Amino acid sequence: MTVTNYIKLEFPSFSSNESFARAAAAGFAAQLDPTLDELGDIKTSVSEAVTNCIVHAYPDSIGTISMRLRILDGEKLEIVIRDKGRGIADLQQAMLPMYTTGGEERSGMGFTIMESFMDKLKVKSTPGKGTTVTMLRTIRQRRGFR
Amino acid sequence: MKIASEYSDGRLTVFLAGELDHHSAKTAVDGIADSIDRYLPRDLVLDLTQLGFMDSSGIAVIVRSYKKMRSAGGRMYIENPQTQPLKVLDASGIDRMIPIAAKREVTT
Ligand SMILES: Nc1ncnc2c1ncn2[C@@H]1O[C@H](COP(=O)(O)OP(=O)(O)OP(=O)(O)O)[C@@H](O)[C@H]1O
Ligand SMILES: [Mg+2]
Repeated sequence: MTVTNYIKLEFPSFSSNESFARAAAAGFAAQLDPTLDELGDIKTSVSEAVTNCIVHAYPDSIGTISMRLRILDGEKLEIVIRDKGRGIADLQQAMLPMYTTGGEERSGMGFTIMESFMDKLKVKSTPGKGTTVTMLRTIRQRRGFR
Repeated sequence: MKIASEYSDGRLTVFLAGELDHHSAKTAVDGIADSIDRYLPRDLVLDLTQLGFMDSSGIAVIVRSYKKMRSAGGRMYIENPQTQPLKVLDASGIDRMIPIAAKREVTT
């Protein structure tokens, strides 16, 4: 595996940074020449992971969210989103469709969407220490005009 | 997130424009609820023509609006979602509760 390019960002868990994180990820991914649909999938998945940090990891405080994006082997986008918040005790349960601890403001679909929009989703979490979400999406190069 | 509404003959159409995420969800929920309370419509149509982005926070907004309409005996429809919002709607399976329609082309 070769890392061809990367960015690292850190920002406070203000909800106004959700759109910033999406735009930053889309801007970085643009060098892989993704389709509009692929860009949509990337923005959606980043939005889900960052929103989880804001809503669940730091429910009553402002904490730091870090986002690292890498291009691997010139064709894979790796997205790592990390918080140092509350953590998740039962990951298997948390990742079930419709499971939420967030009440009526949430639908419990975040992990399900990340899983289906990306090629790979890996979640690591330690209660009291934080959560790291790693996602991978291959952007295949197309030939000719599109 | 911009929100506008239109009412005639028992049908309330709410237009959502921009990006619907956790940051803008409260504006959307409150805006839709206020319009429902004002017009007490039989049908609520959520027009997504101008909505460029939506994530799972939008699903919760739609489900809450649906519950509000249903508890008043009304119906709800989603109209004309763009590709990205439609993909999120599809992933959530919400079309089992709320019909999603592409807008009919106006032929002249
Ligand atoms: N970064 C995180 N820190 C702590 N808990 C988390 C984090 N991410 C997710 N969780 C837990 O996992 C559950 C499921 O997350 P998921 O994103 O699938 O649904 P949700 O956030 O509850 O709802 P939605 O994403 O549809 O708005 C959350 O309700 C929360 O309990
Ligand atoms: Mg979520």
